[in-house]
Amino acid sequence: MTVSSVVQLKGGPNGYSNAAAEVARPESSSDRRSSSQGQGPLSDTVIEAKKVSKWYGAFRALTDINLTVRKGERVVICGPSGSGKSTLIRCFNRLEAHQEGEITVNGIRLHSKMRDVAEVRKNVGMVFQHFNLFPHMTVLMNCMAAPMWIKGVPEAEARKLAIKFLERVHIPEQANKYPAQLSGGQQQRVAIARSLCMEPAVMLFDEPTSSLDPEMVAEVLDTMTSLARDGMTMVCVTHEMGFARSVADRVVFMDAGLIVEENKPHDFFTNPQHERTKLFLSQILKH
Amino acid sequence: MLYQDTVESEILVHKPWFIASVFAVVLAVFLALNLTGTTMGELMRPVIGDPLESGLYGRFAIAFVIAIVFCLNLVMIGFVPLKVQIGIVWLEMLILFLVFVKTLNLNLPFIWKNLPFLITQGIVTTLYVSAISLVFSSLIGIVAAVAKLSSNGFAYGIASFYTSFFRGLPLLMQIYLIYLGLPQLGIVMDAVPSGILALSLCIGAYMTEIFRAGIQSIDRGQWEASRSLGFGFGLTMRRIILPQALPVIIPPMGNSFISMLKDSSLVSVLGVWELTFLARTLGQATFNHMEMLIAVAIIYWILSICLELIQSRIERYYARSKVR
Ligand SMILES: Nc1ncnc2c1ncn2[C@@H]1O[C@H](COP(=O)(O)OP(=O)(O)OP(=O)(O)O)[C@@H](O)[C@H]1O
Ligand SMILES: [Mg+2]
Repeated sequence: MTVSSVVQLKGGPNGYSNAAAEVARPESSSDRRSSSQGQGPLSDTVIEAKKVSKWYGAFRALTDINLTVRKGERVVICGPSGSGKSTLIRCFNRLEAHQEGEITVNGIRLHSKMRDVAEVRKNVGMVFQHFNLFPHMTVLMNCMAAPMWIKGVPEAEARKLAIKFLERVHIPEQANKYPAQLSGGQQQRVAIARSLCMEPAVMLFDEPTSSLDPEMVAEVLDTMTSLARDGMTMVCVTHEMGFARSVADRVVFMDAGLIVEENKPHDFFTNPQHERTKLFLSQILKH
Repeated sequence: MLYQDTVESEILVHKPWFIASVFAVVLAVFLALNLTGTTMGELMRPVIGDPLESGLYGRFAIAFVIAIVFCLNLVMIGFVPLKVQIGIVWLEMLILFLVFVKTLNLNLPFIWKNLPFLITQGIVTTLYVSAISLVFSSLIGIVAAVAKLSSNGFAYGIASFYTSFFRGLPLLMQIYLIYLGLPQLGIVMDAVPSGILALSLCIGAYMTEIFRAGIQSIDRGQWEASRSLGFGFGLTMRRIILPQALPVIIPPMGNSFISMLKDSSLVSVLGVWELTFLARTLGQATFNHMEMLIAVAIIYWILSICLELIQSRIERYYARSKVR
């Protein structure tokens, strides 16, 4: 049973639970999932983007993006630098505003109204390339802050929650340190734990390993893989093709603000359809 | 202190060429100064005879002795640890200051007689005027800084006009404008509230710029992380941005507060019985100007030192998350 053929059927409300709930999924089901993209929102759709366009001034960063992410799905977005990958996933929790089209997250349509955006952000975790931990708080406090201040979870409970997720990313012993005292890989795992503490419906990763040394890349990817195995819905911008191959349900290839190609990882890597994809893969897999 | 290198640097004051050049400079300066008529000349009488008669020889002898003492002092200080060095230098500078004060031939009993009143009336007034202004100016500073960073044209307009106006006008004019100008509008205020208002508005304008710079110095990633967790603007500001901006803000803030402590002396023109006002009135009546001025100057200094100490305590507190 390969990792990519595992999906969770009976997830808790958080989208992840113990490994006992994992069931092998026939390959055809993943076919159905990716091909049904573009249809109306179904109940298990977590993110749906319809003809989304975005401009920075006169520069068009995204052009008619259509993408659907379902519950439990792992989508990897790749593409050359400047192709709009970050821009796209930052639109999913409205760190960036799109100008045309529609983005629906967890059934809520994203627009400039703070109330809806706040509701969406509560349910969408994000992990950044540069960690962006709060340097003036301990690791534990970094994790406790959002549940306490946003959800009003009592302190003792928030602490339990934080420790649970720090254990989940294998660094409970660093809880009382400050972020500056940790290695890059440890900081990124804290950042993952911090997002998990909000028990989000989907996690967005924007090149979480690009600023890390190789051995730290492995520890962060391991953490992400185990999250995926527990059924977390994930959208990852990454250049880690090994991770994409083993974990992703779908690989989305972007270039110049367009989705050029979208396929199952096996087909994507062995049988790319477009010239641009072939060129990109030949460059990235050369080494 | 700067982030120190681990290599041991040679001690500058133990290098012969350095000491030689310092010696030459000090010698030249004191040769040019001619101290034969001062206490220094009197001290040297056994060597150079009557100081005023001694001429060039006397001048040279005095300068030579001073240069020797100075250089010896430098070399000796080079041997002791850092903390002791700082202590010794402070002590020596203090002694020099006291010597200077002593040459003014002050009427010390007069100072002692008036000191209790200076403290109970003057210091108390100065302190509470400054403390209240400190709180208000900080509040004004935060609010105006946020307004200046907002995308609201009205808020930005008001805040930028405010900082421009109150940083641009001399504080003395502001005090007069508020005390004498506001009554024209039907708002009559006592001297003390007027003074506090003027000080708060003026220092608040500086605070605004300090807070704005501090807030802007925080990485955009911090805003993004807080937003992605669902924090609203107020929460992000209070819990994430301001606490990180404070270490940047505190040194210039300390600066402003210390200068405000002294600027509070301008309130004396309104007849508020604070330090400077008392110094002038007490001194004038008995022609003991210098006595009162020096006494009050030292009091201001001591108060400023207290502020400096508080500032360094706060700085140390905020440095704790930077340790590795
Ligand atoms: N704030 C901005 N203002 C103007 N242009 C921007 C801004 N942010 C991004 N862009 C432009 O939008 C395009 C897409 O940027 P984006 O950061 O999404 O690329 P990316 O695919 O994430 O690249 P990378 O792999 O280097 O992170 C780029 O051409 C970039 O120059
Ligand atoms: Mg990017």
